[in-house]
Amino acid sequence: MTSDQPTVTLPVPRTCPFSPPAEYERMRENSPVSRVGLPGGRTAWALTRHEDVRAMLADPRFSADRTRPGFPVLAEGQQQLAARFKLSLISMDPPEHGPARRAVVGEFTVKRMAALRPRIQQIVDEHVDALLAGPRPADLVRSLSLPVPSLVICELLGVPYADHDFFQSRSARLLRRTEPVASREQARDELRTYLDALVTQKEKDPSDDLLGRQVLKQRETGRGDHEDLVSLAVLLLIAGHETTANMISLGTLALLEHPGERSRLGEDPDAMPEAVEELLRYFSIVDAVTSRVATEDVEIGGVLIRAGEGVVGLGNSANHDPGVFSRPGELDIGRGDRHHVAFGFGAHQCLGQNLARMELEMVFETLFRRVPGLRLAAPVDELPFKDDSNIYGLYELPVTW
Amino acid sequence: MRIVADTTRCVGAGQCVLSEPSVFDQDEEDGTVLVLVERPAEGGLDGVREAVGTCPSQALSLTED
Ligand code: SF4
Repeated sequence: MTSDQPTVTLPVPRTCPFSPPAEYERMRENSPVSRVGLPGGRTAWALTRHEDVRAMLADPRFSADRTRPGFPVLAEGQQQLAARFKLSLISMDPPEHGPARRAVVGEFTVKRMAALRPRIQQIVDEHVDALLAGPRPADLVRSLSLPVPSLVICELLGVPYADHDFFQSRSARLLRRTEPVASREQARDELRTYLDALVTQKEKDPSDDLLGRQVLKQRETGRGDHEDLVSLAVLLLIAGHETTANMISLGTLALLEHPGERSRLGEDPDAMPEAVEELLRYFSIVDAVTSRVATEDVEIGGVLIRAGEGVVGLGNSANHDPGVFSRPGELDIGRGDRHHVAFGFGAHQCLGQNLARMELEMVFETLFRRVPGLRLAAPVDELPFKDDSNIYGLYELPVTW
Repeated sequence: MRIVADTTRCVGAGQCVLSEPSVFDQDEEDGTVLVLVERPAEGGLDGVREAVGTCPSQALSLTED
């Protein structure tokens, strides 16, 4: 029986960086679709099974519109932050979502991403050069994890990298749940103002980059306007900063902590794509962001979810569902399973996933090849994990070699 | 076995291309799926089945005709 009295309140902090919160396992066993509390005293449904999370994310009767009443709010002021501006892709529903996504997804095809390979390799190499030439210990977050994806997304979008301090600090603040709402709002406004000016400039003189090409596409198709493009730019800039960077840090940490897996990888470079999938599953850094609100009564996993109720698909739980992944708590770089929901599922599945995969492969391959003696310069339990962010990761990763 | 791709459902995530690049590609413009080989040989079906299973929008299926 599912009781209506929530015993768990989201977000549940991870007690161990290498495993999902223990509560997830209990919920998955006892009441896989359960009532949970949210900050501010509201409630929602939490889905813990892989099957249910996928079913929910693929079901058009659930809305991704973050401004709808009933949408699960995991941090105070979240809804306030989403409102006021035109919705970005991540919050759109049909019929708006399909055409808007199609207008940009051609920029992120597997082939387009593969064409960026040489330039990304160059960026990675330059940063590893600088790391090796610099002092020891070094903070891997500052020297590699953050600048590489930041440079890549800037070049792809056509955002001047010279301004990186400005937008890196704003996007980090915007995602920090413990940050006062006013400060998060201010960060969002500053980021928006900055990108608004940039989009205006591209409308005057469309450059050969993603934003410039979107300007031309809008003119050609008559679909979308200035505000839409600013919303897209904000979304892609934040997503490009806060996801891959965290996976670089956590993936490096995991490989350092699992020398057996690391040497398996060293012996077989072709194993890298599978290793990256496994690291994505293992950490599931975007856990509760895959939330929705029901627009009709829907049954999920035998439980009736009523129209207007919020649902949180716990990706980190789904990706550790023993019914799908055997020995889910183990890091097994040869697992070879891409059914995880680390990039979400359904119509909103991560647009930049193939860019992320490629960056991760190239960074791990280059880093461990060029710095074979790489090791942690601080004990794992003293590392500053992002327990307070909507996207898990590390604030710092001291390494030496 | 024949591959059926519903391009109206496809969200262009490219999971299929990763699973079986010899069978799937993506449209240059809007990223939607292109089926290069409609009837893949028995031997190449594993990757196709993986594509069917991982496609986030359930746009792919295999039929027995
Ligand atoms: S995996 Fe599915 S959604 Fe993605 S490109 Fe292929 S058919 Fe389209």
